[in-house]
Amino acid sequence: MYDRGKIITGIIIFLVLLFIPFLYNFITGKATYVPEPVIGTSEKECVESKVFMRTDHMKLLDEWKETVVRHGVRNYKARNGKTYTIDITGTCMECHTDKEKFCDRCHNYAGVEPKCWNCHVYKKVAGR
Amino acid sequence: MKRRDFLKLAILTLSGISIKPFAHLFTKPAFADISIQRTNKGLPRWAMVVNLSICGKKDGCTDCIDACNRIHNIPRITNPKHAVKWIWNAPFDRVFREQSFDNMNEGLRKKSVLVLCNHCENPPCVSVCPTKATWKREDGIVMMDYHRCIGCRYCIAACPYGARSFNWKDPRPYIKEIDKGFPTRTQGVVEKCNFCEERIAKNLLPACVEACREGGLIFGDVNKEDSEVRKILSTRLSIRRKPHLGTEPKVYYIL
Repeated sequence: MYDRGKIITGIIIFLVLLFIPFLYNFITGKATYVPEPVIGTSEKECVESKVFMRTDHMKLLDEWKETVVRHGVRNYKARNGKTYTIDITGTCMECHTDKEKFCDRCHNYAGVEPKCWNCHVYKKVAGR
Repeated sequence: MKRRDFLKLAILTLSGISIKPFAHLFTKPAFADISIQRTNKGLPRWAMVVNLSICGKKDGCTDCIDACNRIHNIPRITNPKHAVKWIWNAPFDRVFREQSFDNMNEGLRKKSVLVLCNHCENPPCVSVCPTKATWKREDGIVMMDYHRCIGCRYCIAACPYGARSFNWKDPRPYIKEIDKGFPTRTQGVVEKCNFCEERIAKNLLPACVEACREGGLIFGDVNKEDSEVRKILSTRLSIRRKPHLGTEPKVYYIL
């Protein structure tokens, strides 16, 4: 192989550059960072189970949106037998009062920008 | 393929298909099925009567318009090109152009007439919407789904009544006080009167009808024989806007 030295040095430099962000996060401890949303309520259960809400709340909200707007049905009978009013401002944000600490913390971490609040209204927490 | 193999495959396929009706026994839906929760409410047909002999008697009264603007978070934009309107006043000769003529009663010609979305039986806005963001509900209300609107404004061009407005800019800075009971809209969507479907769902009258203390606005179900609108429509002469277009408006005017 010609220019072995140059090629291998090049590859090493490339790999170092590639892994610098990972190393940086590892050393500063950011790699293990987990967002901590403030649930904002002492209520034991949400509309659906905790696990479901954590992973699939967007699907539920999407379904809710369709139900109210397209079908005019405003009540949701959950699997726990209770009936909830379908209302993101009235029902969801009634418990999870602090949007910045509840919604945004995870969404910012995950790099998602839901457009709910372009139209829907939430209560601003005083002092912010 | 051998005859034997073919028969084997066919039996396997058929037995596979026959499992399908029972598949739900083994799986659970992610969350409760909404289609079952839908209730069949019968089919009302909502309509409104504007009594022009009462409406506008009080000079410059805008009680109904203010109530609607307040509860629906309608922005107050002074530039008429960007203005958003759900319900507003316009002179009679503009609203009923084909009913106006040279020597007609001057007072009537210049009288301000309350106009809003007519919730047509044959809504042209619905026919042109490419995303089904606007559609006619089973009870006749022409609804808007702001989630789905892409802002193409075909519906604005199609509406013969100018009942639709486009949000050229973010409406929020132009709303004095945001009502928490109703969402605002966002830049780039079309909006219009929704016959207060969110209030009808709670068995309330539309905000404009409730706000009118003179009784100039009557709202109800024309499918119900004993409803007030039905009685008025069957006993008095009423006119509708541009009836020749065949849109069948459900906002009626009595003079």
